[in-house]
Amino acid sequence: MAKTILDFEKPIIELEEKLSEMKKLSDNLNIDNEIKIIEEKVQHLKENIYKNLTRWQRVQLARHPERPYTLDYIYLMTQDFIELHGDRNFKDDKAVVGGFAKIDEYKVMIIGQQKGRDTKSNLHRNFGMMNPEGYRKALRLMKLAEKFNKPVITLLDTPGAYPGLEAEERGQAEAIARNLFEMAKLKVPIIVVIIGEGASGGALGIGLGDRILMLENSWYSVISPESCSSILWRSWEFKEQAAEALKLTAEDLIKLKIIDRIVQEPFGGAHKDHNAMALILKNVIKEELSLLIKTKPEKLIQNRVKKFSELGVYEE
Amino acid sequence: MAWFKRSKQNIHPNSEKSDLPDGLWEKCPSCSEILHKKQLENNFWSCVKCEHHFRIGSQEYIKLLLDENSFTEINKKIRSGDPLLFIDSKKYSQRIDETIKKTQLNDAIKTGVGKINGIEVAFGCMDFSFIGGSMGSVVGEKISRLIDKSLKHKIPLIIISASGGARMMEGALSLMQLAKTSVKLTLLAEEKIPYISILTDPTTGGTTASFAMLGDINIGEPKALIGFAGPRVIKQTIGKNLPEGFQTSEFVLEHGFLDKVVARKEMKNFISTFINLVS
Repeated sequence: MAKTILDFEKPIIELEEKLSEMKKLSDNLNIDNEIKIIEEKVQHLKENIYKNLTRWQRVQLARHPERPYTLDYIYLMTQDFIELHGDRNFKDDKAVVGGFAKIDEYKVMIIGQQKGRDTKSNLHRNFGMMNPEGYRKALRLMKLAEKFNKPVITLLDTPGAYPGLEAEERGQAEAIARNLFEMAKLKVPIIVVIIGEGASGGALGIGLGDRILMLENSWYSVISPESCSSILWRSWEFKEQAAEALKLTAEDLIKLKIIDRIVQEPFGGAHKDHNAMALILKNVIKEELSLLIKTKPEKLIQNRVKKFSELGVYEE
Repeated sequence: MAWFKRSKQNIHPNSEKSDLPDGLWEKCPSCSEILHKKQLENNFWSCVKCEHHFRIGSQEYIKLLLDENSFTEINKKIRSGDPLLFIDSKKYSQRIDETIKKTQLNDAIKTGVGKINGIEVAFGCMDFSFIGGSMGSVVGEKISRLIDKSLKHKIPLIIISASGGARMMEGALSLMQLAKTSVKLTLLAEEKIPYISILTDPTTGGTTASFAMLGDINIGEPKALIGFAGPRVIKQTIGKNLPEGFQTSEFVLEHGFLDKVVARKEMKNFISTFINLVS
């Protein structure tokens, strides 16, 4: 697959290309000094860019087509994964995957929204946009986890719940609302990780839990920057401003107590090194699990209710 | 010679409207009947000819549904902060100030306790006129406290929704109000206290995808727009026109997500009858 280069990464790529050309020539020419200078320049430029990402640039990274998706994490973090299908009512929604698995010593239920990598797989996965049966499938799996007393891990990565005609007929809103209601009182720990795009109710529909983690370059908000731009600015052109205004990054959301923990990504983004990213996330999840499984179910639910009841900023 | 061809529309009652004293007359958006305000009010703010339900605010609903002078508002003073310092064409804080001035409301929901045919209830009613009835931190907190009230006094909860969904200007905080209101409703369910959700025109987005769809019974007003995604977005997605009656109360009832469509003039008695049946 051709490498995707984001606009703000172009200066780095150009310099790197120049560098590799120079290296080819260096056998015949004495340019070691120049090479060293450029190498330092590349490093400097990288640090400058990746350490000062704007909110819109993070949105771009969150949508990077080479970024690890739910199934990548499942394959890289877990063993003995058994995928389960269907909501037992209507059909199997391919935009969400889930099943029992082991993360080393922990047996868990892992559920996540799944995007495709090319047109064909994206159509199969509906671009990671769930239909009502997807939310009901996820809930069915969570209830199964509760029955067998296994913690639930959900991975959020969706551009939104599917806004289709049939989704409305089958009660998209009710499906999401029902999940929120049921997840609030699930008797097993729930760890939520926003791994890419956390777009509104579509993401939250599997995103209520005891610990909310967020990858460094993911976004989570009530609306996508593009849709926000089209509604408030009446044009698609103001997505950068909308991204700034929405305060949708992990750094923003930890200040508002909407998330509990930021998970660092490999330098330059999760897509640069899937193995390293999965290992980081696996260790974080294990650490969180070790604490949560000690909590009694009643206490767990009590804390969960309190956590979400306290969210909001207002004046009185 | 155009005036020879003058069609009916040009001398339609609507053109007279500007000659009438301001604000006394309303035109029915459904059948174009011209109605006097008094006439409308007496008919529960619905058209005398076609029964079209006009959009009304919390003040009107309180008058229509609650026993006279029985309503006591709670948490009236809670108002929006500007946690994200949000700016689009204007500052969010400025938008809030202006909307408060214009609507005489502090946010998009009014909450309190009152009586319906003698039965004490915790009552919340949204106002679409306040930034599209959008749910931000204030709406979430007021609903949360209303549920506390309902729990404390063991009185049924009634919420009337009229909302475009979560409020964009509070970003993820607005999204969290979906979780907050749903989580609080589990406490009410545990205590077996009835919750009646009434969905009016329009109820969409995050409001539908949280407390509005979680009633022990969900009731719609006739012909109200009820859905998750807005019709424009769906039309864009599927690239086709939407079928007649799509996302109306009647459509949602037919697909199994409402228990009943109840006309406004029947609503009060319907509520008290239901509460009596389950008490």
